[in-house]
Amino acid sequence: MSALLEIENVTKRFGGLCAISACNVRVTAGHAHGIIGPNGAGKTTLFNLITGIYQPTEGAIRFRGESIAGLRPSRIANIGIGRTFQNIRLCKQLTVLDNVRIAFDSQLHYAPIEALFRLPRSGRDEQRSIDESLALLGPFGLLGHAHDIAGDLPYGSQRRLEIARALALKPELLLLDEPAAGMNTGETAALTEFLRWVRAEFKVTLVLIEHHMHLVMNLCDRITVLDFGQTIADGTPEEIRANPRVIDAYLGGSEDEQA
Amino acid sequence: MLHDLLYLAQQTINALQQGSIYALIALGYSMVYGVLTMINFAHGDLFMLGAFACMLLAGVVTPLLTAVPPILVFILILLMVMAVIGFLGAFIERVAYRPLRGAPRVSAIITALGCGLLIESLTLVIFPYSQSIPPLLANRTFELMKVADPAGAGAPLTLTITALQILIIRVAIVLMVALDFLIRKTRYGMAMRAISFDARTVPLMGIPVDRIISMTFLIGAGLGGAAGMLYGLAYPVIAPSMGILVGWKAFIAAVVGGIGSIRGAVLGGFILGAVEVLAVVFFESTYRDLISYSLLLVILIFKPYGLLGSAPNQKV
Repeated sequence: MSALLEIENVTKRFGGLCAISACNVRVTAGHAHGIIGPNGAGKTTLFNLITGIYQPTEGAIRFRGESIAGLRPSRIANIGIGRTFQNIRLCKQLTVLDNVRIAFDSQLHYAPIEALFRLPRSGRDEQRSIDESLALLGPFGLLGHAHDIAGDLPYGSQRRLEIARALALKPELLLLDEPAAGMNTGETAALTEFLRWVRAEFKVTLVLIEHHMHLVMNLCDRITVLDFGQTIADGTPEEIRANPRVIDAYLGGSEDEQA
Repeated sequence: MLHDLLYLAQQTINALQQGSIYALIALGYSMVYGVLTMINFAHGDLFMLGAFACMLLAGVVTPLLTAVPPILVFILILLMVMAVIGFLGAFIERVAYRPLRGAPRVSAIITALGCGLLIESLTLVIFPYSQSIPPLLANRTFELMKVADPAGAGAPLTLTITALQILIIRVAIVLMVALDFLIRKTRYGMAMRAISFDARTVPLMGIPVDRIISMTFLIGAGLGGAAGMLYGLAYPVIAPSMGILVGWKAFIAAVVGGIGSIRGAVLGGFILGAVEVLAVVFFESTYRDLISYSLLLVILIFKPYGLLGSAPNQKV
């Protein structure tokens, strides 16, 4: 199977601090790919590099075989990489519907002048963005809240809304930064099923940063482990569970010895 | 009694004219603040350039189009002025403000003030003396009401509105309605609002933020240019310094209405126009600015974010 996203020997330095160092990740199309590692391992930095918020100091980032390093974040979003955030980043004063409509912007094509003279294409485009946004909200259980202010939604719904908004870009690759943060075991189990459904329904490849091992081990086809900005392991969930370096760095084997 | 009412009605018409001009300028301050939380202090000078651009364009265009109805010439010149000043505003953003976007807020403010002074000084170099704008339209005066002087001796009092006043108010309202539609009902307005809430996340939703910001400056400066042209037609003697005071006043109008709010800017503009005109009705004209600004200060004491403004997100 072909690699949808390739991160090859990527290094990111902030002054003297090396946040990512010669990191390698290969994400296969159609997979759910987990990225785990202790806090400060560089996981979110990696997402910021993929989405163009940061530029890599060294190395190559390829999406569908083409280099995307140096492209503007809006361009990267439009060629098919959607993303959610560790700390929810919705436009909290806008309605739920408008939050999703924002992501449809690049799929609308009318010019300002067409809107001012109310030419048919502008109305048609806007109506389409409303219809498609509403259709997207349905399966996320947010249809009834379409006209509520996003910031007033409960936490779990805001998380789902963020995923819906990212999917409005019609991405091929969806990056999820700690989707289960703040969820209890039952909610996390439901999220696992939900993400499985999202992957099948939207035919999207998932890359997720997550600390809930249960979710990662259950959902992911492949896992990359980062520590101090370096890839220390890569493999199937079974391989990762058995890898001594991972146990040492992250899963906490050494603590047992100390105890 | 009737006299007083008539006088008040006359002043209301004047206030509407003044208010529409303030509102158009205030929109530019408010729109730019909305997307960048920055005050474009060069905006008053763009307003001034609107008047000068109108004068220059009228000198070129009018003799060429003698056969065309004056109202069409007026609309043509208005669109040209808006385009020229709009692109100039977007150009200033591109070369002067964008490179400083990550810099401390105060650098952007100083740069904006500098741009304003630069525009003003350059204009002064080219036009050292006051200029006058040729009338683009024959200005007719319509008599709405006429009341004989009760004392019997003086001339009868009239309530009048000039064709120019009607035109100014009408143009301002058309522009404001168009802008309101653009902001509320289109993807461009949606993008502007989204940027005003979270400029860092919005690019990841596929929105080209720089392009939306350029467009905001283009529209804001275009409206300022239109205001300059209308102001120049109402008060045909124009000078490079005319943008300072009017610009400050419109800025205050934007703050009173709630800076960042589009409808607030319009409301603030009309309130300022009304207060200024009415202050003269009830007090001596030298008290005009004292009274209007005291009142505006009082409004801000009770509504610190302006009449239609909202408190920023409280981050805990």
